[in-house]
Amino acid sequence: MRTPHIVGVAETRYARWGKIGDVTEHALACQAIQNAVADAGLSMDDVDGLASFAEDRNEAIFLAAELGLPSLRFANMVWMPGGGGGCAAVGNAAMAVATGQAEVVVVYRSLCQGQFFRFGAGGLLAAPPAEARPPTVQHASSLLLASMGFALPYGLAMAAAAYALPTRRHMHLYGTTSEQLGRIAVTFREHASRNPRAVMGGRPLTLADHQASPMIADPHRLFDCCLESDGACAVVVTTAERARDLAKRPVEILASEQGAPKGYAFGPFTNANVADELYATGGTEELAKRLYGKAGLGPGDVDVAQIYDHFTGCVLMQLEDFGFCKRGEGGPFVESGALAWQGGSLPTNTHGGSLSEAYIHGLNHVVEGVRSLRGESTSPVEGAEVCLVTSGACVPSSALLLGRR
Amino acid sequence: MSERFFPDSMPAPLADHVTLPFWQAAAEHRLVVQRCTACGRTRLPPAPVCTDCRSAEADWKEVPGRGEVYTYTVVHRPIAAGQELPFVIAVIALEESGGLRMISNVVDAKPEEVAIGAPVELVWEDMSAELAIPRFRLVRR
Repeated sequence: MRTPHIVGVAETRYARWGKIGDVTEHALACQAIQNAVADAGLSMDDVDGLASFAEDRNEAIFLAAELGLPSLRFANMVWMPGGGGGCAAVGNAAMAVATGQAEVVVVYRSLCQGQFFRFGAGGLLAAPPAEARPPTVQHASSLLLASMGFALPYGLAMAAAAYALPTRRHMHLYGTTSEQLGRIAVTFREHASRNPRAVMGGRPLTLADHQASPMIADPHRLFDCCLESDGACAVVVTTAERARDLAKRPVEILASEQGAPKGYAFGPFTNANVADELYATGGTEELAKRLYGKAGLGPGDVDVAQIYDHFTGCVLMQLEDFGFCKRGEGGPFVESGALAWQGGSLPTNTHGGSLSEAYIHGLNHVVEGVRSLRGESTSPVEGAEVCLVTSGACVPSSALLLGRR
Repeated sequence: MSERFFPDSMPAPLADHVTLPFWQAAAEHRLVVQRCTACGRTRLPPAPVCTDCRSAEADWKEVPGRGEVYTYTVVHRPIAAGQELPFVIAVIALEESGGLRMISNVVDAKPEEVAIGAPVELVWEDMSAELAIPRFRLVRR
């Protein structure tokens, strides 16, 4: 059987944005890859594939050379914005393994953003500093920048502002409140309190703290926005046959899907004209149906979830997309305590998520998904057999169903 | 020159051959959308082919610049030096555009006055002799 399994997961230290300055981002990627391969009980000489996702500065060809891989048979990067491709990168690794393209593929993400720019401030998108001359139309050097020509002149460069747009409309349509969004942040922070890797582990958060935090881009307060972090993590994928005699209990990739509804492109920066019925959603409902269909499972079968949490409102909209509650009922659903490790019907982001563990573009959610099925999570869910992992909302995205069978 | 709402240091539009006519019309204070001459479907931002029938034949239709706020955010962090805070980014549903929306700003309003569904009208901001940006203000009743 070549059914793909995840056999190793690991990370480096996680730190606040800009706090890892003594090692380069690609060296940190090497550390995470080596740690994950060691976790699997494999040798670096076994690795013949590397996979990553959008905007990765650390090209697989260089990492393969730096790591001394004997033969790189599969090198792959997903075209999905930001974290949208995290699960898809694992899915591509799984396809490579399932089809015999490679035997052992490592998916990786490394971020030392302080050595480059401030992602959350729009650093990826902002034009070079304006020269001291009257502004005029300039030539776009890429399709991304040409598309952003219809966002940047209005000051839309910051993700916190872009994702506020669908969330604000969700609040308008369904009466979703800032307090309900705050419950998501408070719950994930509580989960982080048991996780020694979590950047915000030692910093309790109350709903009052959330409500008192500065407004960044209404309705996003500071604590509605994910962290920006330095760190790296990696996930090792191989065949069921190979997985059988390795160090850790293998986790099966039950299904992986990626997808973008019509017009989604770069998410709320560019998708003002998507269908009205999709605008105030995560845009992942159709993807969710395909994912569940492929695995022969439904939302009721999910024991624990790791939901991409760039912003609290995006978590809420994904919960609706993936069928855990009806459209528009995400607010009351999270308010009921559903996402809590203790007593929740759907323990979610048991590591603390991007809001409180670290922002590694969501690959750390895959790492936690594996740990939650191995019984290694610091917020363990007793008897968990199926874990949903998602990679973003309001953008082209992807998701995984992982299983312990 | 028009009234000013944002500083010169705001990011200028980056254009390619497909999108440049939009900005050339804007410089003449004409708000245009692209229209497929095969099926009549409009589109914005401009794109090489019709997103419905995939014809590459298109012309430009001027729209009157009336609409309503589809969604918005009040932003408290600057994108450019010297910017007044907070400022409002909005998605505007444009009348007589074939159902299109565009990202823009609501200017000249207190943030608490901005609401989804509020009627707005076009206001041009001349950033320079060559660059005008379409923004919107609330229609006061």
